[in-house]
Amino acid sequence: MDLIIAKYNYWIYIILMMIGLYGMIAKNNLAKKVVGMTLFQTSIILYFISTGVKSGGATVPIVMGDPHLHGHAVPGTIHAIQYVNPLPHVLMLTAIVVMVATFGVAAALLMRIYKRYGTLEGDEIIEIRKQEAVS
Amino acid sequence: MSINYPALIVMVPFISALLVFVIGWWNRRLSCGLVIAVLAAVFLLSIGIMKEVMANGTIHYWLGGWEPPWGIEYVVDYLNAFMLVIISFVSLVVTIYSKKSVEKELPEKIVPFYSLYLLLITGLIGIVITGDLFNVFVFLEIAAISCYALIAVGRKGASYSSFKYVVMGTVGASFYLLGVGYLYIVTGSLNMADVSKLLPPLYESKVVMTAGVFMLVGIALKMAVYPLHAWAPGAYSDAPSSVSALIAPLMTKVGAYLMIRIFYTVFKPYFFVDVIPLSSILTWIAAVSIILGSIYAIAQSDLKKMLSYSVVAQIGYIALGIGLANKAGLTGAVLHILNEAFTKACVFLVAGAIIYKTGSSNIEGFKDLYRKMPFTMSAFLIGAFSMVGIPPTCGFFSKLYLIIGSIDAKQWIFVVVLLTSSILNVIYFFRVIKIAAFEKAIPDYSRTTPYITYRLDEVPISMLIPILVMAAGILFCGIFSPEIINTVIQHIIPASF
Repeated sequence: MDLIIAKYNYWIYIILMMIGLYGMIAKNNLAKKVVGMTLFQTSIILYFISTGVKSGGATVPIVMGDPHLHGHAVPGTIHAIQYVNPLPHVLMLTAIVVMVATFGVAAALLMRIYKRYGTLEGDEIIEIRKQEAVS
Repeated sequence: MSINYPALIVMVPFISALLVFVIGWWNRRLSCGLVIAVLAAVFLLSIGIMKEVMANGTIHYWLGGWEPPWGIEYVVDYLNAFMLVIISFVSLVVTIYSKKSVEKELPEKIVPFYSLYLLLITGLIGIVITGDLFNVFVFLEIAAISCYALIAVGRKGASYSSFKYVVMGTVGASFYLLGVGYLYIVTGSLNMADVSKLLPPLYESKVVMTAGVFMLVGIALKMAVYPLHAWAPGAYSDAPSSVSALIAPLMTKVGAYLMIRIFYTVFKPYFFVDVIPLSSILTWIAAVSIILGSIYAIAQSDLKKMLSYSVVAQIGYIALGIGLANKAGLTGAVLHILNEAFTKACVFLVAGAIIYKTGSSNIEGFKDLYRKMPFTMSAFLIGAFSMVGIPPTCGFFSKLYLIIGSIDAKQWIFVVVLLTSSILNVIYFFRVIKIAAFEKAIPDYSRTTPYITYRLDEVPISMLIPILVMAAGILFCGIFSPEIINTVIQHIIPASF
């Protein structure tokens, strides 16, 4: 029981990842496969962000400036233990952009597939391709 | 100036990818010339980097002046410089070929095509040159997304093959990212050299073992080994001719480079062999991939699909060499990367030339092709000899080292697998040569002269020169393979073998 409660962030991301993988494999419609793929990538982003959290009430990694010093922080008062680790956030910004670009390419491909085959169901497309290969 | 070569070699094609749009909007026909100029510059830069590595040892380039592990570092040692020279040379030769081929196949999309082409090459060069684990993921996705779009402009049905590649390739890259994440939370660093120093006390922990397995599966999907190869035949065969000639030699081999880098530099080799027996799993999967890839290739009637299954089989050789984890096996694997780059470029360029001239790539329609296109089909013959492993082509030497590696590891079953696959390669390659050289088309009885005349109907010179350069390259690499091994490959093998 302690295993589940203490590491609940890992359980959440694993369940999301498996839902995404199930969607990619078992669903017939190509658009649902794309949704599964996006869910898969999102779960990994969630995992990375959750690794940056520090216990003891760490807050967001934005340093509040002092108005008397034109917004610069007072030197010597910043302790790393007070702020969440910002490196996974930065890495995941890149990964989110990659995810959006991949989704854009997948959506454009879906449009072309629909224009060419008239359907987005996987088994119907395989049937049409088989008949085209024979003829 | 030569200090900055590692950064220039990534930035020059990257910025030119945007410049191609500007120049192409002004005049469409200049875009191919710009790409050829840029890739010639990249090739000269890679030769410069190789010379510097041979003279001074490993290059460490700190991007922005920030020192690792806080900054991103580009590390160039012998393996990286070797891969850089291969990538820049193959892409330059294929670009010279692509001018006429692209104008025939997709005339209204030339400018975006070349822009994506340069982005793909930027991605491949970036994967090879960087020394930071997350940076590999970024460049991997740059190369992959450009590849998805380039494949989708091909012939009929290309968009569905590209869609399959999108879904499967994304899963592979995500597994790699997950492995990087596990290594990050355990060591706190993303730099390859730093992680390899911090990891050895932690090899017994489950997190590191899981990270190793995730990275293996993710990279194996990009490499197209057997159970994860399903995207490869459709993607390579439905792409336009220049694109398949570019990605078939390079994309999977960059995946093989990544596997060598992760498992021999980031993880020490004894993790790969002793802590979890990943190397034996990889060798068995590679053996299955070799045999099944060759059997699938025999069953195909379309030349490009047959060659795509041949890529799957040949990447099994490289995976077998990596998994054997001894000196001769790794030498054979790296030499086979060089061999594959030249041979696959040669045969895919020939397939593109046949499609350019005859319009279809169905093998049954190749009758009389030797009379009409002798230079092209002779280059195909040299490529086929290299696939099978006939001296003095390069394929013979790489297979020799792989067989010596299997004997050294006392795995006789892999020797049998390698020899059987050579016979299977003979079956499907020589079938093409038999139909092209020895079978005659039904004669035209309406002719007026008593003799059947064959006119030399070759592809244009700008497409023929790259094919012949690649065929000459195969022979050159084969004849000079001892020199190549002694100067370059010998330094790639880790000292603990």
